[in-house]
Amino acid sequence: MEILMAFLIGIIFMSATYLMLSKSLLRIIVGTGLLSHGVHLLLLTMGGLKTGAAPLLGQHAEAYTDPLPQALILTAIVISFGITALFLVVAYRSYQELGTDNMELMRGKEGNE
Amino acid sequence: MKTNNLILQTATKVLVFIILLFSVYMFFAGHYEPGGGFIGGLMASGAIVLLLIAYDIKTVRKILPFNFIKVTATGLLFSAGTSAGALFFDKPLLTHWFTYVHPPLLGKMSLHTAVLFDTGVFLVVVGVTMTIIQTIGESE
Amino acid sequence: MSLLHLAIISPLILAIFIPFVHKTFPKIHTGWFLLPLPILLFVYFLSFLSGAIKGQATMETLPWIPSLGIDFTARVDSLGLLFALLITGIGALVVLYSIYYLSKEKEKLNQFYVYLLLFMGAMLGVVLSDNLIVLYAFWELTSFSSFLLIGYWNHRERSRYGAQKSMLITVFGGLSMLGGILLLYLMTGTFSITESIGLAEMIVTHELFTAALICFLLGAFTKSAQFPFHIWLPDAMEAPTPVSAYLHSATMVKAGIYLVARLTPIFAFSGLWIWLVAGIGIITLFWGSFSAVRHTDLKGILAYSTISQLGLIMSLLGIGAAALHYPSIDAGFYTAAVTAAVFHLLNHATFKGSLFMMVGIVDHETGTRDIRNLGGLMTIMPITFTIAVIGAFSMAGLPPFNGFLSKEMFFTGMLRAQEIGFFNMDTFGIIFPILAWIASVFTFIYSMIIVFKTFTGKFQPEKLKVKPHEAPIGMLISPVILVSLVVLIGLFPNTVAPLIKGVMGSILPQLIQEGMEFDVHIYHWHGFDSPELWMTVGVVIIGVLLYKYMAKWTGVYTRMPERFSFNAAYDNGLAMIQKGSNSFTNAYMTNSIRTYLIYIFAFFIFILGTTMVVKNAFVLDTTNVADIRAFEVVLVAIIAIGSISILFAKSRMTSIILLGAVGYSVSLFYAIFRAPDLALTQLVIETVSVALFLLAFYHLPKVNRHEEKRTFKMGNALISVGVGALVTLIALSAHSSKAFDSISQYYVENTYKKAGGENMVNVILVDFRGFDTLFEITVLGIAALGIFSLIKLRLTRGKEQ
Repeated sequence: MEILMAFLIGIIFMSATYLMLSKSLLRIIVGTGLLSHGVHLLLLTMGGLKTGAAPLLGQHAEAYTDPLPQALILTAIVISFGITALFLVVAYRSYQELGTDNMELMRGKEGNE
Repeated sequence: MKTNNLILQTATKVLVFIILLFSVYMFFAGHYEPGGGFIGGLMASGAIVLLLIAYDIKTVRKILPFNFIKVTATGLLFSAGTSAGALFFDKPLLTHWFTYVHPPLLGKMSLHTAVLFDTGVFLVVVGVTMTIIQTIGESE
Repeated sequence: MSLLHLAIISPLILAIFIPFVHKTFPKIHTGWFLLPLPILLFVYFLSFLSGAIKGQATMETLPWIPSLGIDFTARVDSLGLLFALLITGIGALVVLYSIYYLSKEKEKLNQFYVYLLLFMGAMLGVVLSDNLIVLYAFWELTSFSSFLLIGYWNHRERSRYGAQKSMLITVFGGLSMLGGILLLYLMTGTFSITESIGLAEMIVTHELFTAALICFLLGAFTKSAQFPFHIWLPDAMEAPTPVSAYLHSATMVKAGIYLVARLTPIFAFSGLWIWLVAGIGIITLFWGSFSAVRHTDLKGILAYSTISQLGLIMSLLGIGAAALHYPSIDAGFYTAAVTAAVFHLLNHATFKGSLFMMVGIVDHETGTRDIRNLGGLMTIMPITFTIAVIGAFSMAGLPPFNGFLSKEMFFTGMLRAQEIGFFNMDTFGIIFPILAWIASVFTFIYSMIIVFKTFTGKFQPEKLKVKPHEAPIGMLISPVILVSLVVLIGLFPNTVAPLIKGVMGSILPQLIQEGMEFDVHIYHWHGFDSPELWMTVGVVIIGVLLYKYMAKWTGVYTRMPERFSFNAAYDNGLAMIQKGSNSFTNAYMTNSIRTYLIYIFAFFIFILGTTMVVKNAFVLDTTNVADIRAFEVVLVAIIAIGSISILFAKSRMTSIILLGAVGYSVSLFYAIFRAPDLALTQLVIETVSVALFLLAFYHLPKVNRHEEKRTFKMGNALISVGVGALVTLIALSAHSSKAFDSISQYYVENTYKKAGGENMVNVILVDFRGFDTLFEITVLGIAALGIFSLIKLRLTRGKEQ
C-alpha cells in the first residue's frame, strides 16, 4: 500500500506543480490546494499505514497507528484552509480591481515599488 | 443566489440545531473519541453555512448578530489566557491540569483545563470561518 | 513569579495602561501617573542595599524555557543594584522634569510615556538578569525603545535619520553579542553568567574564546558609543532632552559599560581583553573630548562629552582587569582603576544628567541651543547658571566637586597602566597617561565653553525666538537634586565607598574568593609629591590658556575633511549597501510569480536530488508494507485521475469540482488509514472550502475565451515531472528507512496517565503540543483579519474613482 501511495503522492505533486506554474491565478490556488493534499498524504504514509488501531485508547488494542503525524496533519489541514481562503480573497480582489486573473498581466512595471 | 427554496429552508430549520448539537457533542467528546475544538468548530460553522445557503446573509446576520472578528479574538485570548494560567502556579506555559469528580447521577466525570484551551480553539475556528464567509458574501 | 520579577516588569505592565489613563484624564499631565512607579522601585531596590554591599546576591528564578536552559533568573548583586538605582532614581527625576518640559497640549504624551516605560523595564531587565539570553532580549528592547524615543518627533527628518542610525548600529552590536552568547554557551554549556564565571579559567584556552570575546565587545562598544561606533550618539540628540538625559547619558549608553564590567571575570584572563577595552576606551576618550570642542550646539557638545566620558570609564575597566593577573600584588594597586571606574560611573550620571537638564531648560526658555546665539543669561537665569557651573566644573575635574575626585583617581589608574608587566604594556603603557592628560585638557575646555559661552558675554536677545526667563520651579527640582549630589559626594565621598566596594566585589569576584579585601578610601588631597595633583594643575593652566586663545587654534578642525569622517563612511556605506542590494535584487526579481516558483522548484529538485545521489539515500524496503485491497486501488485511481484531469479542465467550475472530489477521496483515505479525526476534519473543511470557492467565483465576470486557452509548456512540464518523481522517491525512502523508533510510543503510554484523555490526536493537539495549536489558531486569526481588511478596506482606488 505504501508503495502505491508513494506513486499517488508523486502524481498529486506533479499536477500541483504544473498548476502552480500556470498563468491563471485560480489555477495557482487550486494547485496549492492540491499540493497540501499531497503533503498530508505524504506525512501520513511516512508514519506507516494501518499499523494498528485508530489512536483512541478506548479501543484497547494491541497496537495503535502513529498519532503524531495525524496531529500534525490536522494542524496542517486547518492552516491550509486558512491560506487557501486568503489566497482566494486576494484573487477575488485583484480580479475586481484589475479585471484579470492572468499573472503575466499583473506584473508590476520594472522598478515599481 | 436563489433564496426561495422552501424544502431546503424547512429542512434547514431542523438540521441546523441537530448539527449544532452534534458539533457541541463532538467538541466535548474530543478528549476520548474523535472530535475536539477543530472539528467541533468546523461543524458549527458548517451549520451556519447551511443557514447561509438556505436563507441569505442578512437573515443570518439577524439570527446571529455576532461580530465574528470579536469571536476570533475572544477565542485567541481564551486559549492564550488558559495556557498562561499555568504560570501563576509556577508551572511552564501550557501545563494542563485535570481531575476526576463524581457528581450524583452522572457517574465518574473528568474535568480538564485542556477543555478551556480547546474552547478557545473552537471559538477561533468558528470566528475565522464565519468572518471569511461573511466578508466574502457581503462584498458582492 | 517573585516580587523581584514583578518589579522588573512593572514598567512594562504600567505601559499597557498609560494609553487608557491618557485618554481618561486628558486634563492631568500623564507624567504624574508615571512618577510614583520609579520612586517606588527606587525605594524597593534600596532595601537590597545593605545586603548587597556585604556581597550577598539575591536570586529568583522563573522557568521560561527550561529545556533549553533559558530561565528568567533575576539576580541582584551590588553591580546590578547600582545600575537599578541609577535607572529608577534618574528615571524618577527625568519623569518629573519631563512633566514640565513636554506640553500636555502639543505632544503625544501617551506614546512618549509608553516608550519611556518600555525602556525603563527593558533596562532593569538588562542589569538584573543572570541569564544571557534573557539579557539579550532585554538588551534589544532597549535599542528598540531608544529608536522609538529618538524618532519621537517623527515629522523631523533629522529625528528619523538619527533613530535609524542608532538602531542600525546598536542592533548590529546586539546581534554580534548574541553570537558571542552562543559561542560562550558552546564553551561552557550554560547561559548563566554566575556559572560561566566559575568556568572562566577553563575556557581561556578554548579556540572559540577570542571570537566570543570580540563578539561581546562589539555589542558593548556599539551600545556605549565607543570609537568608531560613537557616531550614532550625536545624532540621537534629536530626541527630546529628557530622553537624552536619561537614555543617552545616564543609563542606556552605560549598558555597554555594564556588560564589560559583568563579563570582566569571564574574559579578563586574556590580554586581548585588557588591550581592547583599555585601548578603545582611551581612544574614545581622546576623540570624544577633542571633537566636542568644535561643536556649537550645546547638546552636540554634551553628546561628544558623553562619548569621551564613556571611553574614560571603559579604559579604567580595562586597566583594572589587570588586577586579576596579579592577585598577590599589594591590595588596591590595579583595583584602584576599577574603583575609579565605578566611582566615575556614579559621578557622571549625576553631573551629566544635570547638565543635560540645564541645556533643556536653556533650549526651552530661549528657543535655541546654539552657543553663537546665546550669551549673558547669567543674570536672567541665575539658578540655571548655578546648576551649569557646578555640573560643568565637576565635569572639568575641579575641586571640590565629585568629578575632581574621580578624575584624580583616573590619573592614578592610568599611571599604573605602564606598570603592567605583560602584553607589551610596559613599552606601550606610557600612551595611556599621555592621552588621558590631553583628553582632560579638552574636557576642561568644552566644560568652560558650556558655562561661559552660554551664560556670560554679550546678551543677544535679537537672536532669540522668545524672551528668556528663569524656568518654572518644577523643571528646576530635578537638576537641583542632581547638583546637590554632585556637591555632597564631592565633599563626603566616603559615604558611597561601601557601595563601590560591593560593586568591585561583583566585577572582580575571583579576588574576593582569594580572601582579598578591597580598600576603598577616597582622598581629596594626595600630597605635593603626587603626580596626579600636578597633572590636574597642568590641565587647568593649559586649559585656561587654550580657552583664552581659542580663535587662534580652532582652525585645525576645518582641516579635517568632512568626507573622510566616520559619519560620511556610515552614510556612504549605507547608501552603497542599499544600492547594491537593490540592483542585485532587481537582477533576479522579475515580478513574475512563475519565475519565482521555478526558482523554488528547481532548487528543490537540485538540492534534494543531489542529496539523494551523494548520500546514496534511496532505499526500497517492501517487507513491511500494508496490504492493498481492491477498493483502495479504486480510490487511488480516482485521486490520480482527478488530479491529472484538473490540468485539462477548461472552465473554472470544473477544476473546483475536481479539487473537491480529490479532497473528499482523500478524506476517505484518512478513514481507511485509521485516522477518524482527520477524516472528519477533511470532510467538513472540504465542504466549507468548496462553498467558499463557489462563493468567491460565482459573481465574477466571465473572462474572455482566448485567455482561457492554454498552451502546453515543456519547461513547466519538465519541472513538474521532476518534482513528482523526486517526491515519490522521497516517500519510498522515507517509508523504507527507519533510522530510529518513533517517539509516538510516548504518547500511547502517557495520554491517559499524564493528560487523562483517550483520543491521542486530540490530546497531542491541546496538551502535549499545545504550543503548535496556539500558534496555529493565531495564524488562522491573522488570515481572517487579512481577508477582512482585503475586502473591507478600499484605500486609494476608491478615492481616485
